[in-house]
Amino acid sequence: MTKKLKKRLKRILLGAGLFVASVIIDKAFPVIGIFVLVLYLLAYGVVGGDVVRKAITNITRGQIFDENFLMLIATIGAFFVGEYPEAVAVMLFYQVGEWFQSYAVNNSRKSIKELMNIRPDYAIVLRDGEEVEVDPDEVAIGEKILIKPGERVPLDGKVLKGNCSLDTMALTGESIPRDVVCGDEIISGCINLNSVIEVEVTKEFEQSTVSKILDLVENASSQKAVTEMFITRFAKYYTPVVVILAASLVVIPSLLVGGFSTWLYRALSFLVISCPCALVISVPLSFFGGIGGASKAGILIKGSNYLEILSQAKTVVMDKTGTLTKGSFEVAEIVCVGRKKATNVLNSSESFDETDNKSKYGVVEYSLLEYAAYAESYSNHPISKSLQKAYEKEIAKDEISGTEEKAGMGVITDWNGVRVYTGNDKLMMWLEKNAMFSNKEERDALLGHNQEKNIFYVDREGTICHVAIEKEEKVEYLGYIVIADQIKEDAKRAIEELKEAGIKRIVMLTGDAVKTANTVCNRLGIAEYHAQLLPGDKVEITEKLLRETGDKSKLIFVGDGMNDAPVLARADIGIAMGGLGSDAAIEAADIVIMNDQPSKIATAMKISRKTLKIVKQNIIFAIGIKVVVLLLAALGMATMWAAVFADVGVAFLAILNAMRAMKVE
Amino acid sequence: MRKTYILEDLDCAHCAALIEEKVGKLDGVTKSTVTLLTQKLVVEVDEDKADGLLKEITKIVKKHEPDVEVIEK
Repeated sequence: MTKKLKKRLKRILLGAGLFVASVIIDKAFPVIGIFVLVLYLLAYGVVGGDVVRKAITNITRGQIFDENFLMLIATIGAFFVGEYPEAVAVMLFYQVGEWFQSYAVNNSRKSIKELMNIRPDYAIVLRDGEEVEVDPDEVAIGEKILIKPGERVPLDGKVLKGNCSLDTMALTGESIPRDVVCGDEIISGCINLNSVIEVEVTKEFEQSTVSKILDLVENASSQKAVTEMFITRFAKYYTPVVVILAASLVVIPSLLVGGFSTWLYRALSFLVISCPCALVISVPLSFFGGIGGASKAGILIKGSNYLEILSQAKTVVMDKTGTLTKGSFEVAEIVCVGRKKATNVLNSSESFDETDNKSKYGVVEYSLLEYAAYAESYSNHPISKSLQKAYEKEIAKDEISGTEEKAGMGVITDWNGVRVYTGNDKLMMWLEKNAMFSNKEERDALLGHNQEKNIFYVDREGTICHVAIEKEEKVEYLGYIVIADQIKEDAKRAIEELKEAGIKRIVMLTGDAVKTANTVCNRLGIAEYHAQLLPGDKVEITEKLLRETGDKSKLIFVGDGMNDAPVLARADIGIAMGGLGSDAAIEAADIVIMNDQPSKIATAMKISRKTLKIVKQNIIFAIGIKVVVLLLAALGMATMWAAVFADVGVAFLAILNAMRAMKVE
Repeated sequence: MRKTYILEDLDCAHCAALIEEKVGKLDGVTKSTVTLLTQKLVVEVDEDKADGLLKEITKIVKKHEPDVEVIEK
């Protein structure tokens, strides 16, 4: 609780005490009229003194029709018609409501701040061999910093020494720590969990990830949603309208039927209800809570407007590479001659009875991989890199005595006295022409060899790397390795959840071949795709889909931010995946998913739906109660108490409801 | 250029809207946003009109909410 709130609470309690005393004295000694009025006025002064003061200063500044002024008129009116206890009680009730309102807003402000509590306080810099603790602002690019266990990474950088596990929870919503080793890039905002690392700073604090995220989320509420703007406009007309109604409620009936003080009392209730606070506070608070909750789940939303549009989405257009697939090539399968079935490296949990190590491959497969890894070790091609990665062990380069590159086919390598041929179908055909295969039958059984056309046909997705070795003047075909882009683990779930969330149409776009696109779509359950697209085609197709979607429902485009900035901008909402470290993605998109899980798209939609539901509840609840109480007051069926409830009570409840938007399952 | 001000102790939504509107009408200001929840005022202003902006803003804020302090960030 802040100092100001405490002070207000004390005054309310003191005023309440005085009020109760006045009521008791009033009831016990009904004779001393003027003394009782003084007592009530005293209680009124303690409770509502600041309201009176503010109302008067505001009037002198030409500022009428604010809450304070209305409360002043309403309560003075009550005194005027002789309802002393009511005047004080209403002021007391109003102050209690206001207090709770401030308290709730304060609390939500605090919880949102806690959500955003990723700002590092200091950085330990190594200067002249000494550890100096400075503000992250003061560290320059290229300086070396130390990050100890339990500390927050203050700036983006590259690990020079040591390795550790990082807690990225606050940034990505991911609960599993990320392991980093020497040479890895790390981003600010993560927490070092276990051991000291030395890091070279690569970005200034202003440009670092943590600053960008904070800036983005803090400014998110300046992009207002349509509903928010509606509320502002509504508030502009609501108050004057109610005040005019109140005035006419005094003048017209009392001229026609008389009974001025009755009508005045009813009109005063109108004035109390005339503040649209419940809406003006709770609606932006709900949006802000939704954005805060989403950021906790690793989803950055750049504005309330996007949160609102997201809830109306019916079409999702997704890029394939980097969004649904990992976008990096990996060894997917190793197929050996003489083996009954293929070894699915990535998804297999079956063990091989003949394995001599704890590797996930069988011994035959492993030796095939080893040949390939050595043969391709001098290449920088992505295929070669994925082979090295799968092989895991260090390559002993001195064991290689010679390599010859066959352009467009592959490589011939002499390794440990063995000549190894690795490459594509063309290399195999070249071998077929220029050498003798010792195991032709087995090879053809495995590959499906078309003798007439002399082509091999391998029915696998991805890039095929054949391996053959030279033995006693003949060539022995060993098998092939399939290298493919991998579908992300949660991609299937992501598509299912989107369908559950009410997405009617999911379209996948890719520059890849139709066959690849078809396989991915089949596996994920996507009905529609466009393949072999150039970057420009993606914009065209998205525009066509936008026209088909119509104005009422919205279209989301999801991409990884690479080359698809124009599409991200063109769609109703552009979502960039894997925002960590990619400035381009953060710039171009309306929503950034911090890790690379496509299932977060559905999470974001759920958050937006929930937020909008809360906003609607609050609007209906607040306006509903106000209209009902206005009607009852006009008919003389509602007391001033009900009026105060319709004002501050409703605001308080609406704020409590708005706070729910912040909670994300 | 963009300038950010903290409006300390601002907790009246109605006043926030008024402050936003009035600041937006200041000479050289192209965009003004008050966020009640972060208690921040973000202003887009022409470079040559930025001097003395704090004084103008403080005047507006004090008129609507005498208790609120304006701090330039």
